[in-house]
Amino acid sequence: MTKTFTLDGKTIPFEEGETIMEAAAAAGVYIPHLCHHPEFKPHGSCKLCTVNIGGRLGAACTNQAAEGMKVESETAALNADRLALTQMLFVEGNHVCPSCEKSGNCQLQAVAYHLGMLTPHFTHFYPARDVDASHPDVLLERNRCILCELCVRASRDVDGKNVFGIGGRGIRARLIVNAASGRLADTSMSVTDRAAEVCPTGAIIRKRHGFTIPIGKRLYDHHDIAEVPVAGIERPKRD
Amino acid sequence: MSDYDVCDLPGIVARWHHDPANLVQILRNVQESCGTIPSDTLDRLAKLLDVPRVRIESTASFYAFFHAESHGAYEILFSDNVIDQMAGKAELKQYFCERLWLEPRKLSEDGLVYVDDTADIGLADQAPAMLVNGFAVPALDKSRLDLVAELIRAQKPLAEWPPMLFEIPDNIRQPGPLTGEAFTPGAALKATLARGTEATLAEVDAASLRGRGGAGFRTATKWASCRKAEGRAHYVVCNADEGEPGTFKDRVLLNSHADLVFEGMTVCARVIGARRGFVYLRGEYKNLLEKLESVLARRREANLLGQAILGEADFDFDIEIHLGAGAYICGEESALIESLEGKPGKPRNRPPFPDRCGYRNQPTVVNNVETFACAAKIAEKGGAWFAAMGTPQSAGSKLISVSGDCQRPGVYEYSFGVTVRQVLIDCGAEDAHAVQVSGPSGTCISFREFDRRIAFEDLATAGAFMVFSRERDMFEVARNFTHFFAHESCGFCTPCRVGTSLLRNIMDKLAAGKGSAYDMNEMKHIMHILRGMAHCGLGHTAANPVVQTMEKFPEAYERRLKRLDFEPAFDLDGALATARLITGRDDEWAHLAEEP
Repeated sequence: MTKTFTLDGKTIPFEEGETIMEAAAAAGVYIPHLCHHPEFKPHGSCKLCTVNIGGRLGAACTNQAAEGMKVESETAALNADRLALTQMLFVEGNHVCPSCEKSGNCQLQAVAYHLGMLTPHFTHFYPARDVDASHPDVLLERNRCILCELCVRASRDVDGKNVFGIGGRGIRARLIVNAASGRLADTSMSVTDRAAEVCPTGAIIRKRHGFTIPIGKRLYDHHDIAEVPVAGIERPKRD
Repeated sequence: MSDYDVCDLPGIVARWHHDPANLVQILRNVQESCGTIPSDTLDRLAKLLDVPRVRIESTASFYAFFHAESHGAYEILFSDNVIDQMAGKAELKQYFCERLWLEPRKLSEDGLVYVDDTADIGLADQAPAMLVNGFAVPALDKSRLDLVAELIRAQKPLAEWPPMLFEIPDNIRQPGPLTGEAFTPGAALKATLARGTEATLAEVDAASLRGRGGAGFRTATKWASCRKAEGRAHYVVCNADEGEPGTFKDRVLLNSHADLVFEGMTVCARVIGARRGFVYLRGEYKNLLEKLESVLARRREANLLGQAILGEADFDFDIEIHLGAGAYICGEESALIESLEGKPGKPRNRPPFPDRCGYRNQPTVVNNVETFACAAKIAEKGGAWFAAMGTPQSAGSKLISVSGDCQRPGVYEYSFGVTVRQVLIDCGAEDAHAVQVSGPSGTCISFREFDRRIAFEDLATAGAFMVFSRERDMFEVARNFTHFFAHESCGFCTPCRVGTSLLRNIMDKLAAGKGSAYDMNEMKHIMHILRGMAHCGLGHTAANPVVQTMEKFPEAYERRLKRLDFEPAFDLDGALATARLITGRDDEWAHLAEEP
């Protein structure tokens, strides 16, 4: 007999060892998230997927499902807190959606739409962050980085390259690359790497493809992120 | 001087067995011998250790005590806990900088000396205090700073400085079973071997010993679960990363009762079947390292460590000391393990907990220094003896680190259940108005609550007890703590990384006289997010000082509010600063007038 738990009252089947997020995704139920991606080891840092697990709050992406568990996700209170987390991500970086090549395909923007974010609410930090355009094919725009470490995981676990890492700590944490010069051009990064396409925001983007699809005709311009399967990743078409 | 001349990288790497897990220790040794960790050293280390450079840079840039730029021959770090501030730290630091013609956070022009702040260094009973090249100098006053300034001017090597500068008394004001009784090294081990491991575990259980780091998890349950867990090896880790501001009791235990601590670890090793143990000693306690190593050496000679301990054929165990490098978060057990493995100290996702999946993903017991000391006494004298002290839910004694506005700061050992009022009487704090129990992450109590008790069922504590008199501004106390948490957040999770800095900024806005009631509500909102969504205890508790002082000392906040509704955070005049700099203007017309 299949094991099940309930998510907002709905019965969700799961296999032993699956997380709440994995089981929910398999059942077609969306739980807001940014650092989670089904292909990579759960990270649990963005905290957007925080759910109420039988009275205790925990990340859906790192907590395993258990028989009979009662999980709440789509509550007004949790979505209000998720909205606050999203706003925190906006104010800690420099996110200028109208001029961003990723607009419409950006998961941060899409989650903000989904949660009904109308203002950044918190005071902006306006941090000074470096843009690295040294690489011939890939732009590293740290102003848009949300420190989800998907590129770190992709480069390490799929590409086998360790191009990316996180340096510093606290609010000064930053994306660093595997080169003494600190330049992406001096790493083994290639545009065909998984790490080049996994970024949920516009922090890592392929050069010369920014406006192939015009703004207004992109994924989240027409679909709520909750309706887009597989973590909302739109694979760019290869030439 | 190039680092190639002085820094024997291959030697350092060899000393740490070419093991990338020892990266924090390797970087510490590099910095000790080179003065810095230069960028090219990271590349050479990457090659020597065969790990990507980015991993080395991640670790090197995480810890506050590592730096790529030179801090000169003398690095002076002033402890910046609120207790240091109350003891005149800011004025003394300024005095010291003026004596040496320095600016803080800027290497002196002769490249000799660098001055900055650091988080509490575990000397709140002897505040203000500082670190000179990592070595603690307590009880600062002008005359001692004059002496330090002269020694620096004369470029005297630290080894030739007068030892009295580095003398740190224990200040044990009220001794108890741990701090006041003689202990014969080996006594607890002999009793353990005579009794057997099952029976020893049963004694720890009967003692109802709970973890002394603050959380109060039942020690016997942790040990039993680790003992049962399967793995290639089991490990014992002593958490001596006593970073909670205002706590210093582990400093005293390690300085004067190290045998008790090491013996407790060895008893644990026997129970869980471990062959290797670690003491993770906070970097600020580097002055204790030599002494602790000599105690370990003596214990090896006495066959209390090493192969076949006390002649028991299958009882091998040894202890290594690893030093931290300036990261409060490493007091969290899974972050501590990450650090022991050479990584940035970021707490892991749990479960699994370390008892099943700890150091190198093997079963590991992590206990506080004081917990191991208690365990040794229990192994020696039995569980019933221990359980007879304290309260039913909080057995045994507890070391309290008392500091702040009192006549006799120092370490007090009480049976659990003692009232705050009793501690205040004993330490001579007649004028106490508030007490911060268990440090910034603990509980702030007001004079109305002095009959509360130190016990897991009331005021759980890792040991800090900071006393504030009527004259102290509790807003400034809380503001100091928000700066501390913002500095110490590891940056892993969104709520803590951003929330702690937002809190700090709002407290600074209030301090600048620009706050409103809106800001007060905003801080409560951020607290709610931190408490519910942060990844670990640091984030969960980071807003406590603000919210508790707001509730208990509202007048400290209200007198700072500019308006009762809203005041923007944006400083219009401040935004013109860059333009003034560019145009070289600073006249009256280049400033926006303050609203009346």
